[in-house]
Amino acid sequence: MSEVERHSYDVVVIGAGGAGLRAAIEARTRGLRTAVVCKSLFGKAHTVMAEGGIAASMGNVNSQDSWKVHFRDTMRGGKFLNHWRMAELHAKEAPDRVWELESWGALFDRTADGRISQRNFGGHEYPRLAHVGDRTGLELIRTLQQQIVALQQQDEREFGDPEARLKVFQECTITRLLTVPDAGSDTGNRITGAFGYWRESGRFTVFDAPAVVLATGGIGKGFKVTSNSWEYTGDGQALALLAGAPLINMEFVQFHPTGMVWPPSVKGILVTESVRGDGGVLLNSEGKRFMFDYIPDVFKEKYAKSEAEGDRWYTDQENNKRPPELLPRDEVARAINSEVKAGRGSPHGGVFLTVVGRMAGGTEEIRRKLPSMYHQFKELADVDITAEAMEVGPTCHYVMGGIAVDPDTAATPGVLGLYAAGEVAGGMHGSNRLGGNSLSDLLVFGRRAGEHAARYAEALGEERREAAPEQIDAAAAEALAPFATESAENPYTVHQELQQTMNDLVGIIRREGEMAEALTRLEELKARAAKAGVEGHRQYNPGWHLALDLRNMLLVCECVARSALERQESRGGHTRDDFPAMSPQWRRVVLACSIADPDAEHLSVTLTRSEAVPMRADLLELFERDELKKYLTDAELPGEDG
Amino acid sequence: MATGTTGPAGGTGTNAPGRARIQARHLRTDRWWLSPAVTVAILSAFIVYSTWRAFANDDYFAEPYVSPFYSPCLASKCDSMPMSANAPLFGDWWGMSPALLILIFPLGFRLTCYYYRKAYYRGFWASPSACAVPEPRGKYTGETRFPLIMQNIHRYFFYFAAVVAVILSWDVLIAFRDEHGAWGHMGLGTLVLLANVLLIWAYTLSCHSCRHIVGGKLKHFSEHPVRYRFWGFVSRLNGRHMELAWASLFSVALADLYVYLVASNAFDDPRFF
Amino acid sequence: MSYKADFRIWRGDVDGGELRDFKVEVNEGEVVLDIIHRLQATQAPDLAVRWNCKAGKCGSCSAEINGRPRLLCMTRMSTFAPEEVVTVTPMRTFPVIRDLVTDVSFNYAKARQVPSFTPPADLKPGEYRMQQVDVERSQEFRKCIECFLCQNTCHVIRDFEDNKAAFSGPRFLMRIAELDMHPLDVADRQKAAQEEHGLGLCNITKCCTDVCPENIHITDNALIPMKERVADRKYDPLVWLGNKIRRRGSGD
Repeated sequence: MSEVERHSYDVVVIGAGGAGLRAAIEARTRGLRTAVVCKSLFGKAHTVMAEGGIAASMGNVNSQDSWKVHFRDTMRGGKFLNHWRMAELHAKEAPDRVWELESWGALFDRTADGRISQRNFGGHEYPRLAHVGDRTGLELIRTLQQQIVALQQQDEREFGDPEARLKVFQECTITRLLTVPDAGSDTGNRITGAFGYWRESGRFTVFDAPAVVLATGGIGKGFKVTSNSWEYTGDGQALALLAGAPLINMEFVQFHPTGMVWPPSVKGILVTESVRGDGGVLLNSEGKRFMFDYIPDVFKEKYAKSEAEGDRWYTDQENNKRPPELLPRDEVARAINSEVKAGRGSPHGGVFLTVVGRMAGGTEEIRRKLPSMYHQFKELADVDITAEAMEVGPTCHYVMGGIAVDPDTAATPGVLGLYAAGEVAGGMHGSNRLGGNSLSDLLVFGRRAGEHAARYAEALGEERREAAPEQIDAAAAEALAPFATESAENPYTVHQELQQTMNDLVGIIRREGEMAEALTRLEELKARAAKAGVEGHRQYNPGWHLALDLRNMLLVCECVARSALERQESRGGHTRDDFPAMSPQWRRVVLACSIADPDAEHLSVTLTRSEAVPMRADLLELFERDELKKYLTDAELPGEDG
Repeated sequence: MATGTTGPAGGTGTNAPGRARIQARHLRTDRWWLSPAVTVAILSAFIVYSTWRAFANDDYFAEPYVSPFYSPCLASKCDSMPMSANAPLFGDWWGMSPALLILIFPLGFRLTCYYYRKAYYRGFWASPSACAVPEPRGKYTGETRFPLIMQNIHRYFFYFAAVVAVILSWDVLIAFRDEHGAWGHMGLGTLVLLANVLLIWAYTLSCHSCRHIVGGKLKHFSEHPVRYRFWGFVSRLNGRHMELAWASLFSVALADLYVYLVASNAFDDPRFF
Repeated sequence: MSYKADFRIWRGDVDGGELRDFKVEVNEGEVVLDIIHRLQATQAPDLAVRWNCKAGKCGSCSAEINGRPRLLCMTRMSTFAPEEVVTVTPMRTFPVIRDLVTDVSFNYAKARQVPSFTPPADLKPGEYRMQQVDVERSQEFRKCIECFLCQNTCHVIRDFEDNKAAFSGPRFLMRIAELDMHPLDVADRQKAAQEEHGLGLCNITKCCTDVCPENIHITDNALIPMKERVADRKYDPLVWLGNKIRRRGSGD
């Protein structure tokens, strides 16, 4: 085995977004030596892109709000496919996680009585999103980053070394988790660490640790039009698969209804939902507010029937119903898709979204409430949103599916010592995530993952296992393969074709034939990616980095396509043209992806079905029986009087 | 500002060890030198003009107008200027122009002003001439040492400047008389002095020290609503501090020039009523 | 709408490098980062550039374009004439790693020297009450995306490597101002600003404000107010005298 740099920690957190940092803070606060490993610079994680807010039922603006209402909204938004226990924990713990941020220095917008202000958002019954203008994600990341610095300052005072118990390894990419077969069971593995390379030097490094928290975010870079940054290459999902932990619900990919559509170079960049929460309306090329034509039956009683009522709701929510622009994201995205297909789109293939004349405070108020959006359109598209409409269309935004985890501990069932939190984990959001639930998800489950990873590492004590040298050698060989290849394929070309394939064939509206075709193409792309070669040396070489990321993207995209082909219904972020209805039978089905042989030359994904855990009776009681009927099979419904 | 050598020695500045080795001192392609050059030209012209006028000790009063360079008069050798703010604190022994006594204050105010500092550091000291254009020196200590540490006394000059602004306002008031001292009249000179005093006030109140004193120093605006409103007002003015600095510089020179022209009989003040 | 543009890009590492010429296609609505990506995909696959969000929100793609510190993703190609040569170099205040990527660890080290938010000891999470007017000043500074362009352009460290030890730069002086104006922060920050973070080295020539992609008024709203607060404490004889008398009066 060649000499490899090694670091030894109790807990290694992969990913430095909201979930990763919150997990690291928790593990370190419990006194464990913790490392955070991230692909980008510290503080640049994709969480900064989150705009709208953090959903938490603090009830500061409407005191009728409570965790139960939040829970109900989350389950409805996810069309009851959510793991109810995660949704429950999330709704109960979110307020504490927000208040805790404040004690670390976060400055949210305020109500008149000095509490944290909360705003309306799609799918949330009451104003619920703690926010800072439209840059809440930045506030969250910065606050966690500064809390990490605060902990490091503590360690400096105590040990004379700021990095004594918490260190950030930035611009370092993990390519493999290191495991040994677990002696206690005959199928599972046990974590011994992680293998990766420094982006700057290209040198390899090994982290020895009994517990690893995956918090790497999503998979959007598998799609052409996406709001996600380059980091979102499905690393955590792929690492988990390769270590032996299954992914669930991968067919559910959220297309945010409003991404920029023009100019081409910014296509996909997010236009925050707050634009609609604060009064913005969607119009087609005929100037019609088309969303009133797209209210599905399950939501008929909850949304306004006329424009006048919808408009009144912004000022008087007690006596009016909300406008349909604030339907859950999947509904709005499909509606926009339909309008464009029917030829009523805007010049660049989207629809119009406007706030002009929609706020009482006029231009001033628009610029105050939506500063980043004003800036973004002005700088990138030359559009003044206080005077003109924006052009928007759906963009791949979020994957609801992810690594299967235990709801309470965030532990993966397949691999001992492996935890996952945030977008990389599956189950919490069901088939569709509500806006604002992602930032709270990061904090609630980031903290839980950090806590349980720490407990596990602590309980293990000295019983740690070392990674097998052969495994490290194999990981090194795999990472160096692109240099050995006679440059037959350009990794950039393979990536572009993958994105096109997913966008065209496994996009918002899906058909059996197209998805089968996508799987065929993915096989071809896998073969080509294996031949992808790179020029130059290992020092900060983006071509090489992409060649390595391709493995991950291809694996997760295959999971998406296979699961989507299997699920013969339409629900949330999965819409089948050939199976347009939602099926209570399918609600109970959880599709899980795994890799049969992670060391094989050609990796392939297998799909298994399992049954969803039935919801606890006291939670079922939070819903009207009539509503449950829309989602559950007769056998699952509670008794008539229950 | 800075002491030491001129010109970057090997391996300093943007060529310090470890940094990207780029030959060009800077790569700016725009006319970055224009703004500091204009600053130098205007400030130099003003210095020449004001020096000449301050030492002239003549033609600064033409009933009912007093030149802002000579008001208030702190020496006893001033021309007889009925009703204007004369306070012969210095008595007879002061033999030079009385303007020199009072001009110290507006000069000090402008010299320590946060905007003018930027302008002359960039224009005269090339520290830096423009953003990302390197400084022509090897060492820099900023405002940490004498004399530049004295910039911190800006707020005292602000207080004096406010007093001077009050006196100049009085001078505008008494300019609503005719050349014989009768009230209720107005001429072009009145307008010139009025415009000048408005700009002087706007510049003085828009000062960063003023912004700090009226409210900026507070931690909780919510507990001081009146001061918060003042702060908001001064902040809005402060956003135009640069424009006001230049406009009031021109206006004060023009006001003096106007009085000079009238007093030296080169020009007849048009009377409106 | 598309044309071939002339680009000059600095390629190299700590041992040296040079400006290399490229001819590359430019389409309508593109930004400089799009062009760099096109070069990577077609002509220079190992051209190193740091970037993340490509929407001006993360502050990763800081570099210098025609000698001016800019974000690559927020510089539209339409701001250049088609015949103009566009020169792109790494930031020149920090050590270079490779091509357009620099080592910005200076900033992380400085961040660690600013004592963190210090709330009143007895205040529990959930009990915080702050008025909007009291948080707005600090909120402006928290818009900072840490692109470090202000640090890069500041002549105090750009032109004088020696000052790096004594000067925290606009970003972190602004962080001190943010905490000093935070309605619930109880730590004393003013003396440290002057004595440990080099506020006195700032000569308010405003380049930090000029380059800020978030349009934060760093100089007018953070640095100058901090200088005034320091003047209150250190350079105001009246305040000094008042404090002296009050301290004596309290008779400890």
